[in-house]
Formats: sequence, structure tokens, C-alpha cells
Amino acid sequence: MTLSACIKKKLGKFTLDVKFETSGGILALLGASGSGKSMTLKCIAGIETPDEGRIELDGRVLFDSAKRINLPTRERKVGYLFQHYALFPNMTATENVMAAARGSRAERRRIAEEKLASMYLLDSKNKYPGQLSGGQQQRVALARMLVGEPATILLDEPLSALDSYLKWQLEMELVEIFRGFDKPVVYVTHNRNEVYRISDDVCVLEHGKSENVVPTQDMFLKPRTLAAALISGCKNFSRARKTGEHRVFAEDWNLELDVAAAVPEEVKHIGVRSHAIKAAHISRGLSQKEPLPGDAHANVFACRIDKIVREMFSVIAMISPEGADPGSKHAAIRIKMVNDKWDALGDPAVSFSIDIRIDPAEVLLLE
Amino acid sequence: MELLSPIVLSIEVAAAATSVSFILGLYIAKQVVKLRRMKAFVDGILTLPLVLPPTVVGFFLLLIFGRNGLLGNMLAAMQVSVVFTLTGAIIAATVVSFPLMYRSARGAFEQFDRELIYAGRTIGMSEARIFWRVIMPGCKPGIISGLVLTFARALGEFGATIMLAGNIPGKTQTMSLAIYSAVAGGNREKSYMWVVVIMLISFACMLLMNLFSARTRKTAAGGTVTI
Repeated sequence: MTLSACIKKKLGKFTLDVKFETSGGILALLGASGSGKSMTLKCIAGIETPDEGRIELDGRVLFDSAKRINLPTRERKVGYLFQHYALFPNMTATENVMAAARGSRAERRRIAEEKLASMYLLDSKNKYPGQLSGGQQQRVALARMLVGEPATILLDEPLSALDSYLKWQLEMELVEIFRGFDKPVVYVTHNRNEVYRISDDVCVLEHGKSENVVPTQDMFLKPRTLAAALISGCKNFSRARKTGEHRVFAEDWNLELDVAAAVPEEVKHIGVRSHAIKAAHISRGLSQKEPLPGDAHANVFACRIDKIVREMFSVIAMISPEGADPGSKHAAIRIKMVNDKWDALGDPAVSFSIDIRIDPAEVLLLE
Repeated sequence: MELLSPIVLSIEVAAAATSVSFILGLYIAKQVVKLRRMKAFVDGILTLPLVLPPTVVGFFLLLIFGRNGLLGNMLAAMQVSVVFTLTGAIIAATVVSFPLMYRSARGAFEQFDRELIYAGRTIGMSEARIFWRVIMPGCKPGIISGLVLTFARALGEFGATIMLAGNIPGKTQTMSLAIYSAVAGGNREKSYMWVVVIMLISFACMLLMNLFSARTRKTAAGGTVTI
């Protein structure tokens, strides 16, 4: 049960260059919009044709540019869940599922109704897609897709068009269905939280280029590249170079940091998540600086507050290190803390100076 | 019977022309949508009969089907004549009304949600099945309105018809030609009668189309995605 794809396709200035392999479990293709995620799925399904490459599913070659093999979509046995489900509006739920079944008309009806029953949809079997709720539509689309017994399932941002409440409910339904599915599932999304909750492995796409497939946990806890760190939700980056076994110099911030991990030679950037930066107190100049509590003397820096944004339960502040060049692209650091903690700092205003501490264990070393 | 012959002829011509335009229009529209190059050019050629004065279309048809025309020669060898016959009237009405069917069908095909076609393919439906069970029902409103416009245009066709088929009572004289003859001959009553008849038939066509599109809109509203 393996799906492997290695495809290249040029579309104007954009070049898709994707390579991955998955056997069972849910693989997330994660990337911003326009990164080529949907195009990748369409190539696997045969809706689009790559310029070159090879796509293989369970030992069957679906596409091979060198051998001039290009199986038509209908022979690929690929289940595809479209973003808006693509149910046929002129057919009832049953007829939609029947369209994917094989055999005599009576046989197809029996198969379709069985499938609908297993998805708790018997009450809606004679309804048209327009009369169904979003959740029911998704289940009909799943039933239609599963009835053809596909060898792999491709999901194209199935949840992105929904409001947050419905989304949560449908996400749980989806996960339940795919946990019991022993074939490869490819899940395309731009939402990192979905990836974290749903997928086993993840492949990051940036500007059409895919990175290595990594276990989802690793990608979030130990991102290796700038793109992976960005997409995993990290907001603060600086160009960096190694200065010692456990020291790096952050060029954009003009700071030298202690790092818990051993610094590799090829480090080019560092990243620090907003929640890993603790604001200590309003500084009153370096001479009067009070000692910080605990072990935390390393990585304490004075920063200027540039901007404060209040949210319902928390405060986000954009700050910049006092030594940093304000024109530098990544000079701004974003910190976030709950309202109470912010107020305990003495509710600092813009242009105040505060001390921050960056936890050495939380510094991400990126290529 | 002689009195009714223009009505019968008109309906015969319009029905035959609409049938041919319907099949050709759907087929050609489907091919043009798939074209990658020369689309604008091909589309222009196919739409030309709609924008040219009907007399010019008739002139070209005479060139083609006339005794010395390209097809005229071949047809004459097969003992088929087009000029001054009912066949000629049907050909003229078809050529003039075809662009309406073609353009309506093309518009409907182009606006059709491609994801539904892709979905059909991924679940293993054949192209023919996708066309008849998915695309055609989805394009029905556009195609039906094209059909009615085509029929109405063929029914009222005058210029190209008189050029190619002439105005022979009982043979090629349709209602619009009968009005022309009646007015030219100073027969007011007869012209009034044909005007009323044509208006009634045309109005009935539009009414039918509106009724139909109101009905499909209702089912379409039940078929749109509402979350």
C-alpha cells in the first residue's frame, strides 16, 4: 500500500517540483495558497498531466513520462474529495453514490444504500445535495468516493470552506473514517493546526517545491528549515551564524544568544516562538536592572516596544532589540502573553523598554 | 389548405432547422470549448451568420449551392436541387439560426463547474455518461433557452430564405415571406392576419421558455450548495 509521486510541471513562472512517498497513514501536504498542493493532487488523480516524473500506486504505474504511461483518471482508482465536495446537484444522495458503483441498476442501488446506511445517511437518501447540511454533504461525498474502493484517498482542503464550529465536527468525522482506512491518505491543507491534529506525517511545500516527508511531531517540535519553521507557526526569525558550541549571533537582532542544543555549522537562521519569549519587567536602564528570578540570567535583552495589539484574552507586542538595526527585515520580535501577566508588568506603553528572556532550550536552529 | 400552407411551411422549416442546429450546435460548442488555439478565430467564423445581414448570408449560400457553386454542382449530379426548394429554405434558416444555439451551448459548457466533471472521472464514470448524466442536466437552462431562440429565429427568417429559396407560394413561402407578398400586393387584411399569427407563435415560444427557466431555477435553487 504505497503511493509514490515524483513530478515536475511548469506553469508559466511557477514550477511544481514535488517528491514524496507514503504507505498507509495520513500524509499532510502543507503549504500556503499557491504553493502547488492542489496541483499535486490533481496530477496524482490524472486531472492534470505533469511535464515529467513518475507516479506509482501499489506497484501500478499511473504516470511515467519516460515510458509514456498516463493512465486516464477513471482507471487510477484514486478517491478524491473536492473542497466543495462536487456532488452532482441534479442527483439525489443515493443517485450520487450509485454513479460510483458498478453492476446492474438494482445492484448499484443496493450498494449505494448500504454505504449510505453505514454513514448514517439513510434518512437523507432521497434528498438533493442542496437540501443537505454541510456535514451530510461531506458524508455523501465520502460515501460516493469510498464505494468505488479506491486504492488511495486524496483530500483537497475539505474543511477550509466551513465555519469553525462545523469544521471541528467534520474534522472529527473525517479522522474517524480515515483511522479505519489502511491505504494511503493524502491530506492537503494550509492549516497547521489541522495537520498537527490529523496527520501522521507531513510534507511541506513552498513555491512548488516539496521538502522531505517528516513525522508530524518532529516537524512541529524540531523544524529543520526556515520554511518548515514558518509554516509550523513560528513567528520570530533572524539570520544567524555560529559563534560557539552553544552560542549563535542573531544578525537581525544584533544579539548573541545561548542555545541549549549544539549548534551545527550550517545554521543560517534561528527561530523563536512567541510563547518562548518571556517579558520580565520594564527596564529602568541597565544600571538599575534588578536580578531576574531563578536561573535565568542567560539570554536577557532590553527591547523597545514598537506596537501593542490587545486581543480578548491576551496582548501581542511587537518589540525590537535595542541594538538592532530598525531597517532590518526581521528585527521585530513578536511576544504574546495573557492580559494579567501583561498588566503585572505595569502595563507598559509603546516606546517603553522591557527586558525579555529567550529560553535557550526553545531556540530553533534552522538551515 | 392553401391558406394554411405558410404556417405549415414555417413550422416545418423552423423545426427542421432547429433540429439540425441543436445537434450541430451542441457538438461544435463542445469541441470549441476544448480548443486551445484559434479559439477566437473559430468562434468568429461560427458566429458570423448572426452578425452578417441575412441577404449577405443568402448571397453566400447562393454562391455555394447555386448551379455553378461548389456544392451545387455535386448536388446537381445527385439530382438534388437546393435553390428555390424547401430544402433551400431549411438550409437558410439553419445557417442563420445556428449561431444562437452554438453560442448558448458554448456559454453553458464554459460556465459549467469543471470539478463536477473531474469528480465524475475519479469515480470511474465514462466520458459519455458524464456528458449525458452530469453536464447536460447542469447546462439544461442555457441549452433550452438557446433552443427557443434558435426556433424563433428560424421561424422569422426572411432575408437568406428569399435569396436561396425564393418566395413560391405553397412551396417555399413561409409566414414572413407571406407578409412581404401581402404588403407588396396591397392585401392589408392578409398581412394583418399573418402578423397576428407570427406574434402569437413567437409570444408562445417566449412564454414557454420563461415557464421552463422558472421551473429549472426552482430545482436549481434546491440543488445549489447551501451550508
